[in-house]
Amino acid sequence: MRETDLDITVIAELDEAGKPTRLTLELLGLGRSLAAQGGGLSAVVLGSGVEEACSELASRGADRVFFLDRPELTPYNPEVWTPLLATFFRERGGGLVLAGHTPMGQDLLPRLAFSLQAGLVTDCVGIRAEEGGFILTKPVYGGNALAGMKAATPLALTTVRSRVGEALPPSASSGELIPLDLETPAEARMRVLERHRLEAGECPLEEARVVVSGGRGMGGEEGFETLRELARLLGGAVGASRPPVDAGWAPTTCQVGITGKVVAPDLYVAVAISGSSQHLSGMGDSGKIVAINKDPEAYIFRVSDYGVVGDWREVLPAFLSKVRELVSE
Amino acid sequence: MHIVVLAKMVPDPEGPPSSFEVNSAERRVVPRGIPPVINPFDENALEAAIRIKEQVGGTITLLSLGKNLSRAVILKAVAAGADASVLVEDDSLDQALLDSRTTATLLAAALRDLEPFDLVLCGRQASDTNAGVVGLGVAVLLGLPAVTLAQKVEVADGRVVVERVLSDGYEVVECALPALVTVSGEVGDLRYPSLQAIRAAKELPQRVVKAQELGVELPLHPWTETASLQPPSRERRCRLVEADSPAEAGEKLALLLREEKVL
Ligand SMILES: Cc1cc2nc3c(=O)[nH]c(=O)nc-3n(C[C@H](O)[C@H](O)[C@H](O)COP(=O)(O)OP(=O)(O)OC[C@H]3O[C@@H](n4cnc5c(N)ncnc54)[C@H](O)[C@@H]3O)c2cc1C
Ligand SMILES: Nc1ncnc2c1ncn2[C@@H]1O[C@H](COP(=O)(O)O)[C@@H](O)[C@H]1O
Repeated sequence: MRETDLDITVIAELDEAGKPTRLTLELLGLGRSLAAQGGGLSAVVLGSGVEEACSELASRGADRVFFLDRPELTPYNPEVWTPLLATFFRERGGGLVLAGHTPMGQDLLPRLAFSLQAGLVTDCVGIRAEEGGFILTKPVYGGNALAGMKAATPLALTTVRSRVGEALPPSASSGELIPLDLETPAEARMRVLERHRLEAGECPLEEARVVVSGGRGMGGEEGFETLRELARLLGGAVGASRPPVDAGWAPTTCQVGITGKVVAPDLYVAVAISGSSQHLSGMGDSGKIVAINKDPEAYIFRVSDYGVVGDWREVLPAFLSKVRELVSE
Repeated sequence: MHIVVLAKMVPDPEGPPSSFEVNSAERRVVPRGIPPVINPFDENALEAAIRIKEQVGGTITLLSLGKNLSRAVILKAVAAGADASVLVEDDSLDQALLDSRTTATLLAAALRDLEPFDLVLCGRQASDTNAGVVGLGVAVLLGLPAVTLAQKVEVADGRVVVERVLSDGYEVVECALPALVTVSGEVGDLRYPSLQAIRAAKELPQRVVKAQELGVELPLHPWTETASLQPPSRERRCRLVEADSPAEAGEKLALLLREEKVL
């Protein structure tokens, strides 16, 4: 095995303000713990005006930060990014590449895998180093099984969910910043025309310590008003299973699950949610899970710590007023 | 306008957890008592294709690859609005043994036989692999530009305009044709075909080809391996709150959570 086969590289994702996302910092923390096996930890940053972001990454665990700073690299355009990163990783040889399982990571890594003929495992929920490589764990069959995957190529690519790694606090010791010398492709066959952001603050789900989610059994938009009230009281956020999102009772950004957001708050309250694998896959690692459901046989009770069997219309108002009383004490 | 939709057959993902038996020794999931269906996101892709066809005209070919593909399931999908189907089918195409590389390579070869096409639509991910890799793999192998995670797909002036889902909203992407687009659930459910349409669909052209006929040298060295397969361990011991009325249970729940320092 070559030395580079243990090297770990994080593909950084920057937010609108040009700062590394929380997930990027988590991946550096994860990379640091995996790099204990002997490899180095690098970050690679593509974007425009990335200087500050690079310094932050260098103080958050990266030994080396490779960067390319050009206006045409923002916003993310796969036609521009893929050839650049393919060249970068081709030159580096083997190792493990970590990216977030975000719309960007999901878009970019499969392109890199086929460009580099490298093994890719998407939507990882766990990584451990093993003799001769890494075992990448991911849900399959809608979360009904967990597969331990291995790359059969020297270079292994993966997209990782949030909360798999833990961000390191900023440190004084700082990694090296290395500018890349790569030619950006002259032409892209696609371009981003506009961006629409939904109001932030409505659902800062991933950050919340408490998440109160509603399912199909909420029966409509009004039910979600009650959930919002409870969430406010507990200083948390509102989530939803997929049916309320499909029905338009809750915004898309609220969806929790395998095709929505992955959350792991201290407390997850599931109201009128049956507990499908697809939903559990997005909240199963929560600290404590509370279920309110009128069906005593609902699967959600098998995966919860506390439960009430009953109609939420009767249970929730009483729960709400008792909670209000308790938190105001 | 010729649109090809990649549609994979999967065990019904909405089946209860008990219907997915995990065979760890053979590293495969055995579906129990659930029917095969078209992967839901591929149904969304077909719906998007049908809407484009309604807008600008053209034909839709459904392309599916696998072992023992259910003709009834294919027929129902075709009847929703496709014009022809191609099945790449033989016993070697067992889902548990196929990796993204092999699947994408075979689908790319099958697509070459279907040229010329303007647009390839596929699902954002299959419900069994949960990967979201094959579509982009096909695009790279065919040198097509690709846009992922579409919540809306429209064709105008020889280009495709896609609303692409982001975690806090969406972006609008314009892309030259021919192109590949991966479709998300927001596009909307596939329409139901009428009985009459199902009957008529039986007469539509259907071609069945074997993997070897596609000119791909098999087996391809896979890029990933499944080292283990386990059922998830997520069951917890649930303390159910007992009370005389649901309202009382609600109150007791709050008290219990406080007692346990959860609140
Ligand atoms: C490819 C794919 C991806 C998916 N991705 C996701 C995802 O990311 N997230 C997700 O959540 N789902 C996802 N799903 C959908 C998933 O399979 C389930 O259909 C969904 O999670 C069910 O949501 P639910 O529990 O709210 O609804 P249901 O399963 O219909 O359950 C409703 C529950 O409400 C209870 N109830 C009804 N009325 C009341 C009342 N008055 N008081 C109390 N309880 C009541 C019922 O007893 C029942 O248990 C996906 C599906 C597919 C195929
Ligand atoms: N066997 C197959 N037959 C037809 N289409 C497929 C097949 N496998 C994957 N696809 C397409 O590729 C998408 C992504 O698959 P995956 O990468 O496995 O998640 C699916 O939603 C389908 O549109």
